[in-house]
Amino acid sequence: MAFGLATAFGFVLVSGGMLLALLVIGRFVRIRRPVESKLSTYECGEKPFGSAWFNFNNRFYVIALVFVIFDVEVALVVPVAVVFRRLVESGVAWLAFAEMFFFLAVLLVALAYVWARGDLSWIRALTAGECREVEVGAPEGAP
Amino acid sequence: MDALYELITGSDLGFWWKQLLLAVLIGAVGVIVFSVALVYAALMTYLERRVSGRVQSRVGPNRVGPLGLLQWLADGAKMILKEDVIPAAADRPLFRLAPYPVVIGVFAAFASVPFGEWLIAADLNVGLLYLLAITSLVVVGILMAGWASNNKWSLFGGIRSAAQIVSYEVPTALAILVVVLMAGSLSTQDIIREQGGWPWDWYVFRQPFAFAAFFLYFTAALAEGNRTPFDLPEAESELVAGYNTEYSGMRFGGFYLGEFGNVYLMCAIATLVFFGGWQIPGVSPAEHHGSWLWQIVGFGLFFVKAWAASFVVVWLRWTLPRLRVDQLMSLCYRYLVPLSFVCLLGTAVLMMLVPAGSLFDSLLRFGTFGFGLLVAAIFFWRVLWHIRHVGDRIDLKILARGVRGRFDPAIQHRAYGAFRKQQKQPEESR
Repeated sequence: MAFGLATAFGFVLVSGGMLLALLVIGRFVRIRRPVESKLSTYECGEKPFGSAWFNFNNRFYVIALVFVIFDVEVALVVPVAVVFRRLVESGVAWLAFAEMFFFLAVLLVALAYVWARGDLSWIRALTAGECREVEVGAPEGAP
Repeated sequence: MDALYELITGSDLGFWWKQLLLAVLIGAVGVIVFSVALVYAALMTYLERRVSGRVQSRVGPNRVGPLGLLQWLADGAKMILKEDVIPAAADRPLFRLAPYPVVIGVFAAFASVPFGEWLIAADLNVGLLYLLAITSLVVVGILMAGWASNNKWSLFGGIRSAAQIVSYEVPTALAILVVVLMAGSLSTQDIIREQGGWPWDWYVFRQPFAFAAFFLYFTAALAEGNRTPFDLPEAESELVAGYNTEYSGMRFGGFYLGEFGNVYLMCAIATLVFFGGWQIPGVSPAEHHGSWLWQIVGFGLFFVKAWAASFVVVWLRWTLPRLRVDQLMSLCYRYLVPLSFVCLLGTAVLMMLVPAGSLFDSLLRFGTFGFGLLVAAIFFWRVLWHIRHVGDRIDLKILARGVRGRFDPAIQHRAYGAFRKQQKQPEESR
């Protein structure tokens, strides 16, 4: 087993090293003629307009948080899934199933909550608490 | 691999000599498997271009080598020779580093993917978990590329891609867990051994939930590999090329190979998890283990199954239009995730209620198999129906005839001649 994991780690090193080797070989054979216009950022032929490192409205920010929960959950279900067949053969599977069911049910409730809150929609109506009160006075000259 | 390991550890060399030999063994196997995987990824690009050509009624690459089979070598040479442009505004170290996680994430996964019964680098007992874990490295590289380029298209592409890959990992993992539940093991080879050679012994057809899980897996894996209809990160009509807009030369090649390697990887996982891997009909794993002949046949079967699945992936690319980004996310969280939960729990219930080998178990198995056949039959009937009704497209009609009879270039050539002649004729004389 340790040898298997060592092999996997070796593969990580080898695949990184092979890409490095290809790039290093390329360094000696490829042309290198940097021109100012060639090095400018591509923006469909226009002159680049400012930097791209700005605040970005990431719609699915909440989903990223939900994902973390779900991924941890998958990782925790894996051991149960592996031993489940042996438990079925020994006849105590219902206990494992009940545990797994409650565990998944809690997460499904979380999914339902996020769904009902509207975080799964592209356009979401803000609730009263999330809205900032804006004073809208009557337009001038109105009766 | 195991035999060589036994040979080295069983020898009467000193401790450090053994360690050195083992390291050399790992390195050598790594380089060999990396090369094979590279060739597979390159062949994937060839398949993609040829099939795309056929779908669009053109030829595709056919100049380099017989039938254009060596096109990938020419492409590789071109990539190495091309200039490596790094934009002046980019974050240089991050920009240079970004292809590495992508390549490592895809090609390190090949350590645990079998090519045949003997041909596996490391049969880890956490194999599938390792595959899921290491392929998520790709996201890191894509996000790095998107951010480091300092280009708006790259940033959008990178962030979309990260959201997408990360979300679709949940249904992928859950669909695979359905099979893990039935097999009771995470080792790729054990999962294949639990299945059989005949189609009704495969995990897809064991019970209805596994059948559904296969489709969930395939959909989610398409999205994870950024393939059409889920190729929003690289939607060329809106985002130029997504996260790799600014990349050129071999650095672009890293992303490119990673992407196509990922397609093969995903099809190989589908093959080993759902389609019986290298199992040969009528040959038990024990018989399989000792015989060179069965090893070769098994390798061939795995190869054919994985490449047939790859063909479907390419086919889908030219069949389905791209989704919108909001549809993409709601598809994942509103449909795929709840459905895969249902599959997981349903499988657990079935395993408890239906003892293995009982009458109801076989009924379920053959019922699912029959249903699968029915679906396939309806599908092919529809495809032929569409081909028969394409109207003026004589080339396609002859192709359909060629499917039944012989499939040779001469027929297609004559068909093309007839097609051209018909095009030249005035409208009323047809």
